[in-house]
Amino acid sequence: MAGGLTYTATESTAFSTAEIYGKALCELGEKHPEVVALTADLGKSTKIGMFGEKFPDRYFNVGIAEQNMFGMAAGMAKAGLVPFLSTFSVFASLRSADQLHTDICYQNINAKIIATHAGTSFGQAGSTHHAICDMAVARSIPNLTVICPADGLETYNAVHAAYDNFGPYYIRINRGFDRVLYDTTDYGFEVGKAVTINEGSDITIIACGSCVFQAYQAAKFLETNDGLKVRVLNMHTIKPIDKEAIIKAVMETRRIITAEDHNVLGGLGSAVAEVIVEAGKGCAFKQLGIQDKFAPIGLHEDIMSTLGIDQNGIIAAVREVMGKDFELDDDWDDEA
Amino acid sequence: MALTKQEWLALEEQAHELRKLCLDTTFWAGSAHIGGGMSVMDMLTILYYKYMKYDVANPQWEDRDRFILSKGHAGVALASLVCHVGFDDKEKLKTFNLSNSTMGIHLDSNKVKGVDASTGSLGHGLPIALGTALAAKVLGKDYKTYCILGDGECDEGSNWEAGMAAAHFKADNLISFVDRNKCMIDGPTEEVMKLEPLADKWRAFGFIVKEVDGHNFNELAEAIDFALENKGAPVMIIANTVKGAGVDYMEGDYKWHYGALNDEKYELAKASLEKYYAARKARAEKEGI
Repeated sequence: MAGGLTYTATESTAFSTAEIYGKALCELGEKHPEVVALTADLGKSTKIGMFGEKFPDRYFNVGIAEQNMFGMAAGMAKAGLVPFLSTFSVFASLRSADQLHTDICYQNINAKIIATHAGTSFGQAGSTHHAICDMAVARSIPNLTVICPADGLETYNAVHAAYDNFGPYYIRINRGFDRVLYDTTDYGFEVGKAVTINEGSDITIIACGSCVFQAYQAAKFLETNDGLKVRVLNMHTIKPIDKEAIIKAVMETRRIITAEDHNVLGGLGSAVAEVIVEAGKGCAFKQLGIQDKFAPIGLHEDIMSTLGIDQNGIIAAVREVMGKDFELDDDWDDEA
Repeated sequence: MALTKQEWLALEEQAHELRKLCLDTTFWAGSAHIGGGMSVMDMLTILYYKYMKYDVANPQWEDRDRFILSKGHAGVALASLVCHVGFDDKEKLKTFNLSNSTMGIHLDSNKVKGVDASTGSLGHGLPIALGTALAAKVLGKDYKTYCILGDGECDEGSNWEAGMAAAHFKADNLISFVDRNKCMIDGPTEEVMKLEPLADKWRAFGFIVKEVDGHNFNELAEAIDFALENKGAPVMIIANTVKGAGVDYMEGDYKWHYGALNDEKYELAKASLEKYYAARKARAEKEGI
């Protein structure tokens, strides 16, 4: 992306994902006077407060009142402003779901929701603060583009893309520091287009958010230790989903695993499954994620390990799926 | 400033035309939220025929005053109004509520010209109106934002979130009303969920509150004039109204929140509206200056 951040890998690890979001938003605020920011007493936690420090007249902290925040943003957008809203993902998707649905999406206005503390990234806060169904909610509301970036620099790209494209956006990012996948913003980020992180022909892992780094680590391990060629797709855009990349993976690898820090019902795995089933192309398929239960309390990396969505969990799932000889059950050539 | 007799009578005439159109639309549709449509009609009339800046040829004119009907179920009244003032063709009202019409019970701001927000889910209008009002300050514009809430709608917590914020952000360019017809779907407001002391509640949230007869144009005008001059705080005008105002058999009856009209009821309503108009004109003649 022209003009993008050019941090080195070392430098980018110095910033949390939300801090990179804050910097990106400040850049937008500098260039575009119609950009405003709203939060519900989470200016510091979500880093949207960085915008408030630079542009106090365009920053609205509404207190702990998410429903009002979403409605206000709708009114502001109707008047020609471009509001960015930030609160925790669990509140953005549930507490103010009616306003998200009706005021923002039904009216199809130009508001951008940057929802932080996604998935189980605020692990120790427990299920009241885990967002395990936000993508399911967001994905099922018409007009809303849904993005789950893999790391800080991808968040930078997603935030700029949200500004560049008219319409409501829901971008879920993690609390704290993400494992760094990208050392530059210039890797061809495009809304609705998966990024191939690792080429492979034996199996494909389709991941989003914090699971992308884990899937990449797993792929490298499996190549060295098991001799497997594991394709890894960073499916940063959950809606509109990249159908072409999914079907290509099915046809070329015939084994698909999805990995997400979200309930397996309604999120990335469901979106991928819908594409595969509608295409009528058979493949081995396994969904990794939160198996329709509330997640435990703990550090994010510990929870990911418990849920089996970290490197080790993904390696085990790949071995399980590779061990099943699906190809003997069907004539793939005929199917193709 | 008090209305002149001439102004008052002109508003009465428009309100009468609008009530007839609202009744016709309800009849054509078979049924509609006519009770709340009639109670809110005088507020709509005075806003669009005395106060608001708008351009029917350019509905998205960026300097227009904004109007948010938070009690979106009174869409039958707003639909009648936007057609009557010329945003759209009155013939379209004959499609109200019919399959594939652009106009349903709750108006879609992307489909109906002159409608500034898609409301219907209650408790949404005041937050949207507040955002629109604060946007004027960011953009350096002097347009005003008007918002009408239903009284039953005041049960929704989001109104109070917005109320707190309106005072906090000193949204003195936001002028709000409560259509206090004292009825909600399941019964009188004070029986279903007590609202009183409603004025004190808005005052406690930082509003300057004016209580008026919502069917008296002179009182409405004085309150709106006050709000337009006021600086530093939002104004809430509690308009005491009658559900179904103008149709005698509907007046004050919560069961007319939503209702159907057969030929007989339609004719009775038309006759009642004429009597109501005569009485309203007589009052304007007597009290106008």
